[in-house]
Amino acid sequence: MPGPVVRVQEAGFDLAAEAARLTEGRTDIGGLASFVGLCRADDGLAALVLEHYPGMTERALARIAQEAWGRWPLTGCTVIHRVGRLVPGEPIVLVLTASAHRAAALDACAFLIDWLKTSAPFWKREEFADGASRWVAAKAEDDAAAARWAKPA
Amino acid sequence: MAGPAPASCRTEAWRLRILYFAWVRQRVGVAEEAVSPPEAVRDVAGLVAWLAARSPGHASAFADPRQIRAAVNQDFATPDQAVAPGDEIAFFPPVTGG
Repeated sequence: MPGPVVRVQEAGFDLAAEAARLTEGRTDIGGLASFVGLCRADDGLAALVLEHYPGMTERALARIAQEAWGRWPLTGCTVIHRVGRLVPGEPIVLVLTASAHRAAALDACAFLIDWLKTSAPFWKREEFADGASRWVAAKAEDDAAAARWAKPA
Repeated sequence: MAGPAPASCRTEAWRLRILYFAWVRQRVGVAEEAVSPPEAVRDVAGLVAWLAARSPGHASAFADPRQIRAAVNQDFATPDQAVAPGDEIAFFPPVTGG
């Protein structure tokens, strides 16, 4: 069984193509969950510029995907995160999780997006139509969302 | 010749590669630099205090340590984590991916 696939790229991605790639020739997958994060046009946003830490980013995503692989009986997992300049409407991040049954696929998908928001070295800068620019601040609710997946002591 | 290197060689050997990201990079003014801190600098917190005194840009970047996160050799690190010669140490704001 192939392990998690993790990619960091400037190019866009196609949800249907990635789903087809993950499920091609497979007969053991009963549920495929997907999450796509999109660039939203808040407050006159013209673009999001995503910076990352090359090397550490790939390591962190691989570690997070491996954590999900160990916690749930996954049979497929794809994580793609874009970097560079993205305009509203463009996809930023893709998480695909496959399992024999839906619960593991859905839970692992939610876990992955919650964890990568708080545990992978990406930073967003917002650019506005009037030329203003600001770094997005980390949100306490993202920490709370990630914390709900903490293993009981 | 065997035996420990003379103390005067330490600054040459004790080199750290420092990386900065996002607004930390903008405030410092460079994306990366090589530094040779004094012997008293043993951990991430000590390195932050020493770096902050290097320039007004560094001081501005490290003005509020609560807003700074660090990684040592590409793993997230706490302020008490030790630093060693040859380490790659990165400083950045809390992450905002996804």
